Amino acid sequence: MHRARSTSISALLETPSELTDGGASKSAVVLMTRVRLARNLSGHSFPGWAKPAEREKTLEPCRDAVRAAAPMRRSFSFDIAELGELERQILVERHLISRELSSAKSGAGVVISRDQAFSVMLNEEDHLRIQVLRAGLNLRKAWSAINDLDSALEERLDFAFSPTLGYLTACPTNLGTAMRASAMMHLPALVISNQMEKVVRAVNQLGMVVRGLFGEGSDASGSIFQISNQTTLGESEEEIIKRLGSVLDSIIEHELNARARLLESDGAKLFDKIGRAYGILQNSHVLNSGEAMNLLSLLRLGVDLGLFPDSSRSAIDRLLIEAQPGHLQYAQKGELEPGQRDVLRAERLRSEFTSFARPDFGAAGAGKN
Amino acid sequence: MSNPLKCSVCSKPATVHLTQIVNNQVHKVDLCEACAQAKGVTDPGGFSLADLLLKASLNPEPAASGKARCEKCGFTAVDFKKLGRFGCPACYDTFRGIVDPMLENMHSGVTHTGKVPTRALERKSLYDRLTKLELDLSEAIKSERYEDAARARDEISQVKQNFLPDAPR
Repeated sequence: MHRARSTSISALLETPSELTDGGASKSAVVLMTRVRLARNLSGHSFPGWAKPAEREKTLEPCRDAVRAAAPMRRSFSFDIAELGELERQILVERHLISRELSSAKSGAGVVISRDQAFSVMLNEEDHLRIQVLRAGLNLRKAWSAINDLDSALEERLDFAFSPTLGYLTACPTNLGTAMRASAMMHLPALVISNQMEKVVRAVNQLGMVVRGLFGEGSDASGSIFQISNQTTLGESEEEIIKRLGSVLDSIIEHELNARARLLESDGAKLFDKIGRAYGILQNSHVLNSGEAMNLLSLLRLGVDLGLFPDSSRSAIDRLLIEAQPGHLQYAQKGELEPGQRDVLRAERLRSEFTSFARPDFGAAGAGKN
Repeated sequence: MSNPLKCSVCSKPATVHLTQIVNNQVHKVDLCEACAQAKGVTDPGGFSLADLLLKASLNPEPAASGKARCEKCGFTAVDFKKLGRFGCPACYDTFRGIVDPMLENMHSGVTHTGKVPTRALERKSLYDRLTKLELDLSEAIKSERYEDAARARDEISQVKQNFLPDAPR
């Protein structure tokens, strides 16, 4: 049983997905878009309050309904308790499960579509957490895809709903639409020019939240930030999406302006950062995860600025995921001490970057930016 | 060195000291950081000393208005203050008095205007209708009102036809 589950996670890793295989490579500032909906079965305790037996009882009908929905054909399905530490970590690093779910003890699971675009967490904080991940900025498409999946599930499941409070969720902060829409944004120029604090404040005032790459409490290594709606009750899904979309557009504009200004005022310093990052990635022998993220982030900026060919963006995006501890150790087939991990990471990146195009500093600005 | 004050809930060293005057009587309470946060002391509007004193005197039922325990799942208002999450969907009815005042600060509105699970609601109303008709039928038979019974039976078969073949229940 244990073995069978382990082979299925390797099947997941071997199956191409939009985020690891080039889909994200066209987008300069937004790495990916995500929309998630929280749903609960009426008449049952929420997972956090339910006794283990009740959690098991709600898990099965939810899993059956999810696996029967059209986009979930040939999906991967895992019991969290049956996954090893590294396997859970890999799913977290791919944003397919939350950190909370990864620490669940019993009666929790996840169903992931073949292409890893959809993932449904079972018995996380709510009975169902339905999410869609799309490369680049595509809020409307993501909402429409998740709306369809939700409607398909509704055919089989009775969701807890109140006409005034909307979808009923374990935490009152998710009431109403129970929708969290977010974009993962790469904002190196705003970070370099010390404008992030200002941006965070402005975004908060507009009712949106800024978090690190892995949500609440995670740091923003690699200058990657998650921006999402804070409130869920009082506005329709379309209104939330529209408001978030215009906030994202304005952040993109600020980031691109900051890049242009950095190039103009201190181009040498910016090129120096990118050139050094390139040198370190080609030659270092010890690299921790945070430093690797920051170096890859600078190279991604280099691609956006036209120093490297557009085609290398997808390799960087893949490495941003594969250089993380879970992926690295899984590829090595076992848990490693952090020190050994850092040596392995450097080795892996060195071999990737020996064949990488040299930066063409004369071409800066010719890129799309 | 004087003896540090102890938290009146858990006896850890107290760092939050509170004085409240209720009915001309002065109540003093000392709390540790964790209990103060759990009781919502940082938000004076949401904190009731009476509530706390009742808990401290080992009475699990808080004197808050409305019901104190969800009949469906056994969740209490004290649990909510501790966990920040509710026990089951029915808790939102039971603890209306806690939920309603929270919503305004928490959200951009207090009424849902988004998606409605139309299919599930249809199913529920059909199910409710069926339950009522079956009750009507058995009562009509019992009191020998055979015309009413026949009408109920017809309606039942009609409602059943409206159910999707694979709908649960």
